[in-house]
Amino acid sequence: MDNMTLIVLLLILMGVAYQLGLTRSRAVASNTTGRMNSRPGYYGWLVALWCGLPALLVFVLWTLLEPAVIRSVVFSQLPPEMSNLSSQQVGNLMQRLGDIASGYGVSGEPAPYEVAAAETLARLRGIGELAKIAVMASLALGGLFIARGRIRPQLRARNHVEKVVNVGLLLCSGVAILTTVGIVFSMFGEAMRFFSFVNPLDFFFGLNWNPRFSSTGHSSYGDFGLLPLLWGTLMISIIALLVAVPVGLMTAIYMSEYAPSWLRSFAKPVIEVLAGIPTIVYGVFALMVVGPFFSSVGDLVGIQIRSTSALTAGFVMGVMIIPFVSSLSDDIISQVPQSLRDGSLGMGATKSETIRQVVLPAALPGIVGAFLLAASRAIGETMIVVLAAGNSPVLHANPFEAVSTVTVTIVNQLTGDTDFASPQSLVAFALGLTLFVITLGLNVVALYIVRKYREQYD
Amino acid sequence: MANSTMESGVDPRARIQSQVEQSLRRRHAREKRFRRFGLTAVMLGLAFVAVLFVSIFSRGLPAFWQSTLTLDVRFDPAVLDMGPPPQQKPEESPRDFQQRLNAWNFQLTMASWNTILEDALIAEKPALEEHRRQLRKLFTSGAKYRLRDLVAEDPSLIGRSREVTLLADAEVDVWIRGNIDRSLPDARLQLSPEVRRIADELHEDGLLDVTFSTTLFTNSDSRSSPASAGLAGAFMGSLFMMLVVIVLAVPVGVASAIYLEEFAPKNRLVDLIEVNINNLAAVPSIVFGLLGASIFINWFRLPLSAPLVGGLVLSLMTLPTVIITTRSALKAVPPSIRQAALALGASRVQTVFQQVLPLAIPGILTGAIIGVAQALGETAPLLLIGMNAFVANIPTTPFEQSTALPVQIYLWQGNEMRNFFEARTSAAIIVLLLMMITLNAFAIWLRKKFERRW
Repeated sequence: MDNMTLIVLLLILMGVAYQLGLTRSRAVASNTTGRMNSRPGYYGWLVALWCGLPALLVFVLWTLLEPAVIRSVVFSQLPPEMSNLSSQQVGNLMQRLGDIASGYGVSGEPAPYEVAAAETLARLRGIGELAKIAVMASLALGGLFIARGRIRPQLRARNHVEKVVNVGLLLCSGVAILTTVGIVFSMFGEAMRFFSFVNPLDFFFGLNWNPRFSSTGHSSYGDFGLLPLLWGTLMISIIALLVAVPVGLMTAIYMSEYAPSWLRSFAKPVIEVLAGIPTIVYGVFALMVVGPFFSSVGDLVGIQIRSTSALTAGFVMGVMIIPFVSSLSDDIISQVPQSLRDGSLGMGATKSETIRQVVLPAALPGIVGAFLLAASRAIGETMIVVLAAGNSPVLHANPFEAVSTVTVTIVNQLTGDTDFASPQSLVAFALGLTLFVITLGLNVVALYIVRKYREQYD
Repeated sequence: MANSTMESGVDPRARIQSQVEQSLRRRHAREKRFRRFGLTAVMLGLAFVAVLFVSIFSRGLPAFWQSTLTLDVRFDPAVLDMGPPPQQKPEESPRDFQQRLNAWNFQLTMASWNTILEDALIAEKPALEEHRRQLRKLFTSGAKYRLRDLVAEDPSLIGRSREVTLLADAEVDVWIRGNIDRSLPDARLQLSPEVRRIADELHEDGLLDVTFSTTLFTNSDSRSSPASAGLAGAFMGSLFMMLVVIVLAVPVGVASAIYLEEFAPKNRLVDLIEVNINNLAAVPSIVFGLLGASIFINWFRLPLSAPLVGGLVLSLMTLPTVIITTRSALKAVPPSIRQAALALGASRVQTVFQQVLPLAIPGILTGAIIGVAQALGETAPLLLIGMNAFVANIPTTPFEQSTALPVQIYLWQGNEMRNFFEARTSAAIIVLLLMMITLNAFAIWLRKKFERRW
């Protein structure tokens, strides 16, 4: 019986338990003169929970722990020279033993100790399976009958059930915290391991990025200077903001102050489409369309523009965040009180003067917050830069040349690599930590500014 | 005042009027300019959308058509020199039978399928006999396996003929459809002059034709036979990941939103959770990839490249989106509903689950769909958990190796056969965009249909 059937059976049993609780509570209700504490459904739920929860808990723990227990028992009877295998070899051996145990052929003649171990494995698995089913069944049935027996008018079934619901909801919102803890710990732990290879000062202030391959030996790690990557990230983000901020801000102003309603109802959703397009699509677009276009424009003007360059990546990224900037600015501009506008217009100012001299200054903090949010998004963006920035981690100030960024380097250093032992792959976590701290900082500042600004007019 | 007007000698009113008029003209011109700026910005935005879609669609649509050869293939028993497929004998163990069956399949695979393909072409055009060795280059290498699969399915085909449509080689496709400069010198063309001439002849005769091809949808990625590379494997991988997101992120996200919006007391812990969720929403997606690589792969030893792990990472990534949208859907339900339910004696749990939640469902669903669409388009975190491995099989469970649609796009854009894969990449983008548009359209429809104004 596989796990899926087991869970389905348990769910069916819970359904039965619900029905049993329901009929039982009705029977109790008809036998007593007083009122029941809760509606019948709650008694049903209570019985179902008593039936299902303990068994489910046991199931989860069992599934998590069983392989480790079986492995340790099987390995304890293997010859002693097998005791110091790497985790990879252990996995392979267990796979092989499993194949022998299930009767399918394996390559090579199995050694006698392997046959013996496979027999143990098969026996243990059989016992484990049966024991798991027996424990779960007894818990489920036991819970069912105990809970059913406890049904009486005074039992506060609703309160018990609601308590469980509450705890369940709380646990679910804990997942968000767990995620953050997971991010911080995994990054921090692996980054610390990286810093045991490379001096943090060399990492944060190094001007050269040249990690050699991990196969060249332990004596030479190469250079892990962060600054060229950070500079590339900064350059691309600035170009992106130079594209997105004017277009996005003017779009928001025009849409909220000038545009006739037919244009607004058409153009707004169309521009919002830009926000929903996956970044890989922008990346391919940059690579196939925008890059060659810039390059040929450069040829016309007489400047050499590489088709994968900071300009290409930054421009396309700017296009991507236009809707982000415009919807945030739109939000903020519409929060400026109408009385300010009316006052200015009443004094004889034109519409544009009102916008430039009254609305924008009043909305400035909020708009700055919006820019910071847009900047943080640009800094963390990956696929566009992977495809279109050209990946050349060198310090230079020419936007027409290729650059590399933090995100690109994370992808390059970690793709397809699962051996987290060399500084070449561990550096990805140090870079990730840097990225996390930068974007987090920008966001905290931006949200603070935006919130402060909102309070101003509330 | 009076003095100054005397000195200037002009009518002061007229002077002031002309000044005012001048400045008004200037101000109105500035107003117009500002308006034009705004309109330009909007038009630029619209133009970007248009250029993006037009360029992707114009490049990608041709990839749904492909060069094929339609031939009467004779499954010559002299070439396919093998008996009928083995049947299980009553006294035989399953293992022995499997071995015999494998041996038969092996023999079938190793048969000289090239000869059969060449014979089929020569039967149509006997003049090709002298170029026999060149003919196999016309077919993509997957064509042989296509024939093999036909026979494996129906062994009685041996000795008979059947009309089969086979994919041409990718280079032949590029040549026939003019996706390469035909005037290039021989050294820079992949096909030999002889093959090119034969291909052109066959094209004129109508044997080699460009037809609508479903390969893109039915096949998985392929390295040895680029012409038959398809999206089916990546599509299934994406589907499994969306399933995991729906099963994990949506219930957990909705539950935590309900807790935070309806039940949470005002205390430190809840504040912490709220700040956390807002920050998680802004964490770059690639950081979630690092989390997956370090925790799921390195620590829990979950399989590399499995949609299950990808789905887990994407679930964590979309969780904040789901929570935030669900909370605003719950906020939109007016407090009077809650007060009425509580006044009638319902408990808080009853109020939330029986009154508030049903009213918020359309908004919650919209948020869930937007979250799933976001997960569907994400690439970067998947690269870090090994989903960019080459996988030639179509996965049937979330535990098998697989890629995803956006990752397949990434892999194809990097393929060396630029001429062929540029169109394929765009075609994959079209499929991805269509899926996202469908999801979003569904979300909009839901919102329009069930939206209630209070």
